[in-house]
Amino acid sequence: MIAVIVLDVGETTAEADGREYPVVHLKHWGRWFVAALFLAIFCWLAYVYATSPNISWGQVGHYLFFPAILSGVKVTIELSLEATVIGLVLGVVLAVMRISRNPVTAGLAALYIWFFRGTPVLVQLIFWYNLALVFPTLSLGIPGTSAGLSWQTNSVMTGFNAAMLGLGLNLAAYAAETVRAGIQAVGAGQSEAALALGMTPSQRMRVIVLPQALRIIIPPIGNEFISMLKTTSLVYVVAGTDLMTNASHIYLTNGEVIELLIVASLWYLAMTAVATVLQTILERRFGEATQPRSSRLKLKSSLSSASSLMGR
Amino acid sequence: MRAVSRRRVEPALESSADPIVMARGVRKSFDRAEVLHGIDFTVRSGEVSCIIGASGSGKSTFLRCINGLERIDGGELVVAGSHVGYTLREGRLHEWNPREMARFRQRIGMVFQQFNLFGHMTAAENVSCAAVKVRRMSKAAAAARTAKLLDEVGLSSHAGKYPHQLSGGQQQRVAIARALAMDPELLLFDEPTSALDPELVDEVLSVMKSLAATGMTMVVVTHEIGFAREVADTVVYLDDGLVVEWGPPQQLITNPTHARTQAFLSKVL
Repeated sequence: MIAVIVLDVGETTAEADGREYPVVHLKHWGRWFVAALFLAIFCWLAYVYATSPNISWGQVGHYLFFPAILSGVKVTIELSLEATVIGLVLGVVLAVMRISRNPVTAGLAALYIWFFRGTPVLVQLIFWYNLALVFPTLSLGIPGTSAGLSWQTNSVMTGFNAAMLGLGLNLAAYAAETVRAGIQAVGAGQSEAALALGMTPSQRMRVIVLPQALRIIIPPIGNEFISMLKTTSLVYVVAGTDLMTNASHIYLTNGEVIELLIVASLWYLAMTAVATVLQTILERRFGEATQPRSSRLKLKSSLSSASSLMGR
Repeated sequence: MRAVSRRRVEPALESSADPIVMARGVRKSFDRAEVLHGIDFTVRSGEVSCIIGASGSGKSTFLRCINGLERIDGGELVVAGSHVGYTLREGRLHEWNPREMARFRQRIGMVFQQFNLFGHMTAAENVSCAAVKVRRMSKAAAAARTAKLLDEVGLSSHAGKYPHQLSGGQQQRVAIARALAMDPELLLFDEPTSALDPELVDEVLSVMKSLAATGMTMVVVTHEIGFAREVADTVVYLDDGLVVEWGPPQQLITNPTHARTQAFLSKVL
């Protein structure tokens, strides 16, 4: 039997008749299907984890605000903030050295960046912690005289200080490259205009170039900070007391490994969420001047537009 | 700097004022390719001098030498009483440090083809920034001066806007106000209307005309022959890194003597 199929494509000709016709929007069935599929997968995963007999959620709740965990969170935040500040300040200095015309400073900055990016953070942390092997005492003074101050290295290089220094100096190497990219992304015309107005090279850098570079480097530095929150977990090698180390101390005694890893992860997620919000605020603040208005509006309304896209 | 060329071109207009820019045989090379082959050029205080010529003739490079954005490789360039970039002492030219260079540039304003307004500052901040940071003027004094300058270029109502919120013509007028904020003895314009949409050219040119009328000393690299004819005291035609012809506009533009000038003008007029 032969079926004759007639495809009805409706009106094939149209004329402008001045009338207002109601518009029937296209139904995006594919979008609905994909969204439903992913939601189903997500709900199933959540259900499996929530009901698993091998995970004791009561214990997760019990340890979530355990004193050792809370003090670990505090140490992790402090360590991340201080290491990031050290890293940023040193990173800006290294970036300026790297692009300077002095071949020695440029070369030293390149050497620093190569060395600190090229060795594992773990190794760097252990080195700082064991600085006393090479320098048993640290002193500040005038060479050739007895004037000055002196400390036992081991009393200065506590686990926290070694971690702060190690993570900060390591971040500086990465931050230097980020800052350099930011500086170089500010157009040469800005520099020329600054010089033509009679600014000195250092005024040009401080008043004109760095403020504009900041806008460019905030997203990658935000990345670095969020990454740093979790890199702090490496400080267990220097007897740190951060979140991850404290959590592991607990699970090594009570054996509830998964529960405490979930507790630690929940805290890391919370810290990352806060850092992300802060980054967005900073981006908006520094993007105000240079970002074209249209793209800023897009950014703001991206959340609400996501829902309206689905609705159509 | 040795004087390489002694070929002297007398300025067409005799004036009693001292020259503020005096170039003798200025040479400049980029990567061994010489782009200025010995430029002779004079501007006196209160004069407007327009430099015309085809793209690549070295006009902009020469202008950038005047405020030391480019360093000359030969000849003599004396601007506002100084060998640009050097102090003459005991028969030797001692190179300036960045601070001395900055102090020299404070006396010379520059307006760029691409405006180069500072993107992170409002129009008012662009204008006041150098007065505050470089001149150490008080914020209040700088604000008053900025308001006056923005009014002069017709942009009072746009003081709080960022460069990307302004049209090209408005940006260039802010750039002119920014240069004026330093009270320059000399104002350099590097093709100030070349990056503008045609309908925006006039608003910038009219600001420049009123500036010229106030007696501001200006060196203008431009393709606007009409502007040169109307405003300039002297027009210089540059070709391939050399001054081909030099004179008052009614002579150089209306009756050019040199064949190359005639050929160029027939193309642009």
